[in-house]
Amino acid sequence: MTLYAWALGLCLAAALVALLPTRAPAVLRPTGAPAAGGAVAERVRAATPTVGAITVVGGAVTAAAGALAAVAGVRAMLGHGWSAWLPDLLPLGGVRLALDPLGGLFTAVTGGVTVCAAIHGIGSGPARATRVVVPLFVAALLLVPAADGVGAFLFGWELMAMTSLLLVLAEHRERPSVRKAALWYAVMTHLGLVTILCGLCYLAAGAVGDGFDQLRVAELSPAARNVIFLTTLAGFAAKAGIVPLHVWLPRAYPAAPGHVSPLMSGAMVNMGVYGVVRVGLDLLRGGPVWWWWIVLALGALSALYGVLHAAMATDLKRLLGYSSTENMGLVLIGVGAAGFFAADGAGPLAALALTAALLHVVNHAAFKTLLFQAAGSVQRATGTRDLDALGGLRTRMPYTTALFAIGALCASALPPGNGFVSEWLLLQSLIHALPASGVAGAVTMPLAVGAIALTAGLAVATFVKAFGVGFLARPRGPGAERAAESPRTAIYGMALAAAACLFLALNPTLVLPALTEAVTEVIPAGRPVTGEVTLRLTTITGSISPILIALALAGAMVAVPALVGAVATRRVRRAARLWDCGAGPVSARMEYTATSFAEPLQRVFVDALQPESAIDVTAVKESAYLVRRVRFRARVPDRVERRLYEPVLAAAVRLGTGARRLADGSVHRYLSYGFYALTGVLIVLAVIS
Amino acid sequence: MAEPPLERAKSPGVPELAGSVQIRHVDAGSCNGCEVEIASVFGPVYDAERYGARLVASPRHADALLVTGPVTRNMEMALRRTYEAVPEPRRVIALGDCARDCGVFAGAYGVAGAVGDVVPVDVEVPGCPPPPEAIIEALRGMTGR
Amino acid sequence: MVLQLLVVAAGAPLLVGLMRQIRARLEGRAGAGVRQPWRDLRKLVRKEAIAPHGTGWLFRAAPPLLAGTTLVVAAAVPLVTADSPLDGVADLFAVAALLALGSVALALGGLDTGTAFGGMGASREMTVLALVEPTILLAVFALSIRVGTTDLGAIVIATASSPLSLISPVSLLAAVALAVVTIAESGRIPVDNPSTHLELTMIHEAMILEYAGPDLALIEWASAMRLTVMLGLFAGLFAPFGIATAGAGPIALLVAVVAFAVKVALLGGVLAAGEVFMAKLRLFRIPELLAGSFLMALLAVAASFFLA
Repeated sequence: MTLYAWALGLCLAAALVALLPTRAPAVLRPTGAPAAGGAVAERVRAATPTVGAITVVGGAVTAAAGALAAVAGVRAMLGHGWSAWLPDLLPLGGVRLALDPLGGLFTAVTGGVTVCAAIHGIGSGPARATRVVVPLFVAALLLVPAADGVGAFLFGWELMAMTSLLLVLAEHRERPSVRKAALWYAVMTHLGLVTILCGLCYLAAGAVGDGFDQLRVAELSPAARNVIFLTTLAGFAAKAGIVPLHVWLPRAYPAAPGHVSPLMSGAMVNMGVYGVVRVGLDLLRGGPVWWWWIVLALGALSALYGVLHAAMATDLKRLLGYSSTENMGLVLIGVGAAGFFAADGAGPLAALALTAALLHVVNHAAFKTLLFQAAGSVQRATGTRDLDALGGLRTRMPYTTALFAIGALCASALPPGNGFVSEWLLLQSLIHALPASGVAGAVTMPLAVGAIALTAGLAVATFVKAFGVGFLARPRGPGAERAAESPRTAIYGMALAAAACLFLALNPTLVLPALTEAVTEVIPAGRPVTGEVTLRLTTITGSISPILIALALAGAMVAVPALVGAVATRRVRRAARLWDCGAGPVSARMEYTATSFAEPLQRVFVDALQPESAIDVTAVKESAYLVRRVRFRARVPDRVERRLYEPVLAAAVRLGTGARRLADGSVHRYLSYGFYALTGVLIVLAVIS
Repeated sequence: MAEPPLERAKSPGVPELAGSVQIRHVDAGSCNGCEVEIASVFGPVYDAERYGARLVASPRHADALLVTGPVTRNMEMALRRTYEAVPEPRRVIALGDCARDCGVFAGAYGVAGAVGDVVPVDVEVPGCPPPPEAIIEALRGMTGR
Repeated sequence: MVLQLLVVAAGAPLLVGLMRQIRARLEGRAGAGVRQPWRDLRKLVRKEAIAPHGTGWLFRAAPPLLAGTTLVVAAAVPLVTADSPLDGVADLFAVAALLALGSVALALGGLDTGTAFGGMGASREMTVLALVEPTILLAVFALSIRVGTTDLGAIVIATASSPLSLISPVSLLAAVALAVVTIAESGRIPVDNPSTHLELTMIHEAMILEYAGPDLALIEWASAMRLTVMLGLFAGLFAPFGIATAGAGPIALLVAVVAFAVKVALLGGVLAAGEVFMAKLRLFRIPELLAGSFLMALLAVAASFFLA
């Protein structure tokens, strides 16, 4: 409890530090010449800290807050939970806070992401507003999983939404596209808040108070429970970037500053999952099977849709954003399966599925934090996020490249990455469901496995593209040619996240016992996974040992070159020109770009993606047969956005334009509106009574 | 139909290659007469593969270049680069009269010279075009099988 | 396990040689002999390695990584014996993922060169891989239902003890699906032509155009081992006869090695014979083939539930 309070306090302190007045940056001072204004002014100036110092202190304090929160979260997972009621802090219900294992898990993840992001942020020289808001955003992220009452939860949720919105808007002066992204984000996140607000208030209305303990024992009709689940699910899905409510996500991430997108993607989207688990499995104590079908279907849809668009994306951050949709989809498949099994009475399987889902939350947070930090570094170094214009960063940014490679390996769910472990657990829980569940399971589970498998395959292609095209080969644009390695703090932040990835990848068995506490809190069915070196499933036969696989691979990697070296006779590796078929040198324009890399997949999934392309042929003036210029444009629009949102938005605009005719500025008309409205209300009331 | 070789080749071959020669064919300006013969060398009748020779797609995978035709100006640099792309140990076979001394194209304005003027030649196969037997003999001289 | 590794490592080039020999004979040629791939490898390791300008550590690391993943898979899969020290370490999912990791390494090596062919090969390989993955996992799913685990040793032992269970629609559908996947993953006709010289039709070859000498030897050797392991796995899953179990004596092991060699040679022969009579598919027809195999796998899963 004290640790948690300290973490929150340090967040506020970091925000206050960032508010301190600062000296003008050193570069603006004329060097050598004393500044005009006399000795007193000079002394005042010397006493005011520089921007750099403030950034370092603020970043360090935020990182410390993150570390404390992580420890507090882990302690809560290990059974040292606590709860507190601060009745005077908010009107009506007061603020109820508690940290149980489930909340502790999400607190710990948030804390870990915060440490990396804060360290990364020190070197990137963020704007003042960003420096102030980031700690507040972290505080909000810590508040949500620790909330133990509807009031505190909604307060934290709204604080999270507002601060993140400010952060998305932070660079609106530099890039006008940010404003539109922020508008999308503001609308989506607040619509989500409204549905959650309605759902939770409805739930609280049926209970004696707003505390979660009181909500758990609330007596509600099935219809009311359905309404509550569906409305809150909509809001939480919007936060988690689940299709079709994902449209804000690929826009907001590229808009946010470099070290903020890891916080949003690694910590904030998790809150959507937390909400579904907390409300669906904990507060409502599970529900009918069809709830979880919806969750599972949404998850599968998001996983496939997200990864398909990630495979097509050429903007690095947009790619990572869609990949968040994909991974949250995988998590929701796990949550949905857990609810499905729990409703079906298969407790151990449900526990396994939920363990897999929560482990994937942790893993996704780790690798996505790493990848977004690297993407931020790349953007700072090259000025672009366009994979088509990147390339050749391996020699120019060696550390960032190596760290991105680790993240990409983890994100593509291949051994020895951490994503593989959680997907393996998820697949195990699904494939062993078949004998247990009825016809419904026989139809659902193979489809879910197919969806996960296709997602995994496409994720591999996506991250081979992101890494291979973005970082290897030669630079294809001026930005990539000028790139220089990121500042040291950025590398430390990434290295920390990479270390977390590797730890999770090799030692999931050390993490799983703590995770199990969080699972048993909502699905009490014993420990689904045991083992120290080898990860063994308890209720079904199945085992895997990530660390032994990694060791075997490492051994083979050492043995094979040694073997070749022993029999090889020529040991010098000759440098030579690239094989260019004997023609002139291979230029960077001949390289495969991200667009060309994804083209075969785009053709395969043409029906699902519906790409658009346009060819403009300009002929010379004299003859239509002589072509002067051919311009080819291709893009893959977000189909949900095109088909679902654009018609709705267009209708809203039409309605607004039409309604403008009602307001023509005539006072008489407005008065008559008031009169008619009043009369109408009175008539209605008279009829009702 | 070709049968497996009955007796070993007369020459011991290139010892470092030891019975396996991957060949990259370079047409440096040939009239395609030699190409027809090469095709028949690797076809069912002569089947050079039974002696351990095989055509490959990249000079990086090759041990020997099989160069046909006089080296035209356009192919001079390409031939040199192809030679440089082959990892050591490497051999060059000049196939046909044109490759040896430019043949009927000698002195033509588009011809830069014989193959030997551009890259070091190890084996020469005379003929216009050389009969498949001669080509086979040259290849067996390399593989030693 | 050491025996199994040795058998795979030594036998894989012979399998490739055998398949080339069968193709040559069916085409009316004499062929280079079964041992020719070994001669090729011996020569390749004696040649010099080349570092093309602009390539880096990934280009160098890709061949050992490909060979390394293949060796780990060869150790983990029950080919000769079902009793592997890696048992319980890697199951069928892990094997599929490790094979994918090898492909990824090679694709990155191809992309690292920055040539158009390297990128083209990588892009195509990843497309095929992305479509193969679901079929493998679903086929695994179908096969694991009967046994209740994805552990390979357990599946093989269970099948060997009740061979009648092989004669079921589930096994048949899963076998067809896995056969297509095996062909696609090992880059054989009709998905990819291993002996093509035309860059524009290449998948696997296009990625390795820059490799020379020992690097190329490693890639060729690893490719041969991948083919062997996949055929062996296929044979093990659908004809697990002769595979030694835990505590088998030397004679049983010898029988197992012979059985393995015969099975793999038979499958390789069928594959090679099929290649003679078939043309490579257009690149954009391959997804249809793979979608077909995906459907087979899905049907296998459905059948295993409804017929159980």
